[in-house]
This record gives sequence, structure tokens and C-alpha cells, in this order.
Amino acid sequence: MSHADHADAEGLDRHQTEVAPGEEFAEEDIGKGIRGYLIGLALAALLTVCSFAIVHAKFVWAPAVPVAVIVFAIAQMGVHLVFFLHITTGPDNINNVMALAFGVLFVVLLIGGSVWIMSNMNSNMMPAMPPSSSPQSSQPSMPMIQPMRH
Amino acid sequence: MSGAASPASVTVLRGDPYHLGHSRDGHGESRATGRGTGGPSPKRIIVAYGFWIFILSDIVMFASFFASYAVLQGGVSDGPTGPEIFDLSRIAIETALLLLSSFTCGMASLALSARRMLLFQTAMAVTFCLGAGFVALEAMEFYDLIQRNAGPSRSAFLSSFFTLVGCHGLHVSIGLLWLLTMMAQVLAKGFRSDIVRRTLCFALFWHALDIVWVGVFSVVYLMGSIT
Repeated sequence: MSHADHADAEGLDRHQTEVAPGEEFAEEDIGKGIRGYLIGLALAALLTVCSFAIVHAKFVWAPAVPVAVIVFAIAQMGVHLVFFLHITTGPDNINNVMALAFGVLFVVLLIGGSVWIMSNMNSNMMPAMPPSSSPQSSQPSMPMIQPMRH
Repeated sequence: MSGAASPASVTVLRGDPYHLGHSRDGHGESRATGRGTGGPSPKRIIVAYGFWIFILSDIVMFASFFASYAVLQGGVSDGPTGPEIFDLSRIAIETALLLLSSFTCGMASLALSARRMLLFQTAMAVTFCLGAGFVALEAMEFYDLIQRNAGPSRSAFLSSFFTLVGCHGLHVSIGLLWLLTMMAQVLAKGFRSDIVRRTLCFALFWHALDIVWVGVFSVVYLMGSIT
């Protein structure tokens, strides 16, 4: 029972000091805060160096390089969210996390959908015909074709 | 739970049925603020949530610029391609400046919570210098490109490039103005609670710009210079 009471008091303490993204610890523990930012800075710097290095690396299988760059970028965004913006799993952060989840869904749909649809349209596009063969029909579609062909 | 049949635990179980997320012992009403029996959230939580919604809408706007860049990337027309115009060493310096400025901005918000004026003003001034260096390097890059007849009107690729990177640069420039405003307000009005909340919103904005820059240097510069 005393254990439960202790946990209770701890839980209350935790709720009162829970912080939203970008907000700092209410109990001015500046040393602990600096440690968090230093960990974030080190991780972010490491991931940045990795993604700059892998572009020039000769030993990496070429098609894997863009995938690796994207993976490093997503990892670094996660590091920034956790260590700099202080997105946590705490109760005061649930609304922020839900909004973030919706934002991520929106961004994935927007970018992924645009790239998917446009590459599909490009691959279904008829090859550019010489303008002399049928000027009436090919002329309107030329501006659509030409920028994509190069 | 050991006493599952006692009346007290029945009332515990009859909690907020729409409660989502963490709570004591996994069920029952949460005592966190803003839900259950916790009472209203403190104002700093609500302000940060509202500003977080704004940041997400800003990121959605950047996402549409990213999407248009990804679609128009191949449309170089007769202009230069990505690997011909990107200078990765300059981008590495810009990245380092912005990452360090994010760190010093974090130091400033720690000093703000600790109510230490000198540390706060120093950290904000360092953040300003790093951010201004970033904007200067980007302006030099844009100037060089326009001088080499590779301006935004040259090709669809360059239009989308200038829109995406320029929009980020514009955000950083506005952030620098906001930074100076917050330095002046904290100096003039002290650590008043509304000023502190405003400054924490600025910190959120600045960190979010660094997240967008991670996307820019990865997608535009690094993936764009792979031949």
C-alpha cells in the first residue's frame, strides 16, 4: 500500500512537471537540460555527417545511396523532435503527438501521392512527335511533354 | 491490481471512457491537466499546442513545395542540372550553422526557464549570428546562380528549387527578426509570463525550421547531386 501511495505521489509530481514541446523543465534543472540538448546535438551531427559522407562514398551500392540519405534524414528529424522540440509520451503531450501524427499522414499523402501520380502520367505519356507530322494535335501537348523528357 | 473486487476499485475503473494515452496503473481517470480530473492545463501548454498546430500547417505548406520540386526536378529544359550548380561544401557549412543555432536556441530557452538574463541574451545573440551566417551564405548562393544565368526563370527545376529553398530562407529571415524582438522584449519587460511564453514559441519555430532544413539538404542537395 505504501508503495502505491509513493507511486501516486510520484505520478502527481510527474504530471505537474510535464512539459509541452519547446517548453523547459519547470524546476529549473539547467544541467539536466543541457545534457539533453548535447545528446541531441551529437546525434544530429553524427547523422548529418553520415548522410554527407555516404553521397561521396565509393564502396556503397549506388541505388542504395538515396534510400540511405532518406533514412538518415528521417532519423535526424526524429532526433530533433525528441531532443529539441521535446515531444514526449507524457499526458500533456498527447494532443501534440496526435497533431503530429496527422501532419505526418498529410505530408506522406501529399508528397507520395504527387510523385506517384506524376511518374505514372509521365510513363503513360506518348513520346513527343515531330511537330511537322500533325501540328494541330501535337502542339497543345508539347509544353506538357517537353519539360519532363529531359 | 490486487483488490479488483473492492468498491473503491470499481469507482477507479469507471473513469473517462474516452480517455486516450497514459494514465495511472493503465486505467482510471487521469490526473494529468487538461483531461480527467486534472483540471485545465496551464496556459503555457495551451499556447504551445496552438503554436504547434501552426508549425504543422507550415510544414504541410513546405511539403507541397517538396512535392512540386520532386515532380519538376527532371524538367531542366536547356538549363543546368543539379550536380552542376550545387556546392556541397557550402551546404555543409550552412547545415552546421543552422544545427549549432538550434543548439544555442535550446540554451537560450534553458536560460529563460532559469531566469538568467545574461546567459539568455548571450545565447540569443549567438543564435542570431549563426542564423544570419546561414542566410548570408544562402543569399550568396542565390546571387551566384542568378549571375550564372541560372535564375528561377531558366527552367522548371530552377523555379521549384528557388521556391522551396527561398521559402525556407524567408522563414529563417523572419525568424531572425522575431529573435531580435524577443531579445528586446525580455530585456525591456523582464521574465514576464506572457513574454516567456512568446519566447518559447519562438524556440519552437526555430527548431522546426531546422527540421525543414534537414529535408531540404537531404532531398534537394544530397539526392540532387547524386549523378
